[in-house]
Amino acid sequence: MTEDTIIAVRDLHKWYSGVHALKGVSLDFRRNEAVGLVGDNGAGKSTLINILSGLHQQDEGEIVIEGKPVRFNGPRDAMDAGIETIYQYNSMVPNMSIARNIFIGRELMKFSIRRFGWLDEDRMRRESVTAIADVDLHLRSPDAMVGELSGGQRQGVAIARAMHFRSKVMILDEPTNHLSVKETNKVIGFVRSLAEQGVTAIFISHNMHHVMACCDRVVAMALGKVVLDKRVSDTSIDEIHAVL
Amino acid sequence: MRRIIKIYLQKPELVALVLLFALIVLFQWQSGGIFLNANNMRGMLGLLPEVALVAIGVTLLMICGEFDLSVGSVFALMPMTMAVLMTQGWPFTLAVSAGFAVCALVGLINGMLTIRFVIPSFIVTLGMLFMARSLTVVISGGFPPRLQTAEIPTWLFVSFVGPGQLFRMSFLWFVLIAVLVWVLLAKTNFGNWVRATGGFLPAARATGIPTARVKIACFVICAMLAGFAGLLQSLRIGSVLPSMGEGLELQAVAAAVIGGTALTGGIGTILGGIIGATLIRVIDNGMVLSRIDSNWFKFAVGGLTILAVVGNAWLRKRGRDMKVET
Repeated sequence: MTEDTIIAVRDLHKWYSGVHALKGVSLDFRRNEAVGLVGDNGAGKSTLINILSGLHQQDEGEIVIEGKPVRFNGPRDAMDAGIETIYQYNSMVPNMSIARNIFIGRELMKFSIRRFGWLDEDRMRRESVTAIADVDLHLRSPDAMVGELSGGQRQGVAIARAMHFRSKVMILDEPTNHLSVKETNKVIGFVRSLAEQGVTAIFISHNMHHVMACCDRVVAMALGKVVLDKRVSDTSIDEIHAVL
Repeated sequence: MRRIIKIYLQKPELVALVLLFALIVLFQWQSGGIFLNANNMRGMLGLLPEVALVAIGVTLLMICGEFDLSVGSVFALMPMTMAVLMTQGWPFTLAVSAGFAVCALVGLINGMLTIRFVIPSFIVTLGMLFMARSLTVVISGGFPPRLQTAEIPTWLFVSFVGPGQLFRMSFLWFVLIAVLVWVLLAKTNFGNWVRATGGFLPAARATGIPTARVKIACFVICAMLAGFAGLLQSLRIGSVLPSMGEGLELQAVAAAVIGGTALTGGIGTILGGIIGATLIRVIDNGMVLSRIDSNWFKFAVGGLTILAVVGNAWLRKRGRDMKVET
């Protein structure tokens, strides 16, 4: 672990009803670094990501964020620690407006008693317009339903949401699935720009070319273990394929 | 302009509103002006709150992605609990509180079982429908207890008020509750969670919404509204019958669906549920006034349900396909 390690994962184990899905994974994610996470289905990528984003809990092992050991009991804990996750199935509700979607679970309120309160719809609308413009996405109205947007636009809104809440680490779980070539290039460009904005990216993909195009480092997993961890400049697609 | 048309075409309650208006005009014409006169309105507005309150609860729960078939039984169980306790000498306030506690408990059990064992709420509440009805009959001992109206402030619930004594107090309660639930759903973060939970559960979970608790809360609200509606009916007729509210659960679901609520969750409005309930009352009353054989009532409600859903789906598709800049 070094000075600029933001997340350190130590000897993580996870069993799913008898299946040993993670077999002692240790990894460091550094500040302002884009890490590509590759591996076959069942390699343990999703398990690792689900633990880091608070959806599941590890059975053994430790997660250290900025030097402090943490344990996430739910997605909210991970978000509060600055980890935002963008899922392949899209973490958006189609029948709700863009503005409402950006603030789901973290609504802006005029006043509140404990966790419940009166929505500040104007501010949510205003701030979502800025958030969307900040990621270079052009949508006319924050009141449009997310269900009406294209796959790329939705992914853009998800990214805008993550950026708006000033995440330190952004996990992108297969964000380029089902996207057109043009939209894919946009997402790749975005991942590349995250480092400049001081955000660590963890980019999961099946597509090795996408990973090589936007990451500084590549981590390959197979059968619940890390089998390769190298800088992109020190490895090649052939080498990664060989270990998988 | 196109944007506005597009937004309105996609409003889930639009079809129901149009149908309601059309039926009111039709019945007003058919009955030769009797339909909208004060006497008839008084009758209709006196009955409306009972079905509408149940429909509000069911609509809220359906938006949250769940379903409650036990509302008709809870409708009877609540006033029965109160009436039986009062014959045992309990004062009104305690007995009515106990009635509401029973409703909350039923809602809690519905919700907990649905979530804990991951079974469809359709099944859980179907079971509860039988159990709560049976309990109602059991605690009544088979005979409806005498409602001790002298000890109950019935004026607070059923006395006629307003200009020309047009409506009962129950109507004011209904308006108050409708506004409260509407505010809850449309203006608070809890409402946002309800819609997200019903709209797309994985997304709601991933954003850290306590979806289980949100659903359970909706089950409890739904059961308590059904109980309150039952209380209103029993005070209106001055007696508690073990059979009251039979079939009401399906009328409430029909009202919600007519009002544009989707069975799959996430779509619907409280106003839609109220419009749906009003439509059912209007059909019931209008058919009588038009001297149509009342056995056609269920046919009309059924036909309307299907018509409203088909119309809604069509309009929503038209609205969605309408091209505007995003």
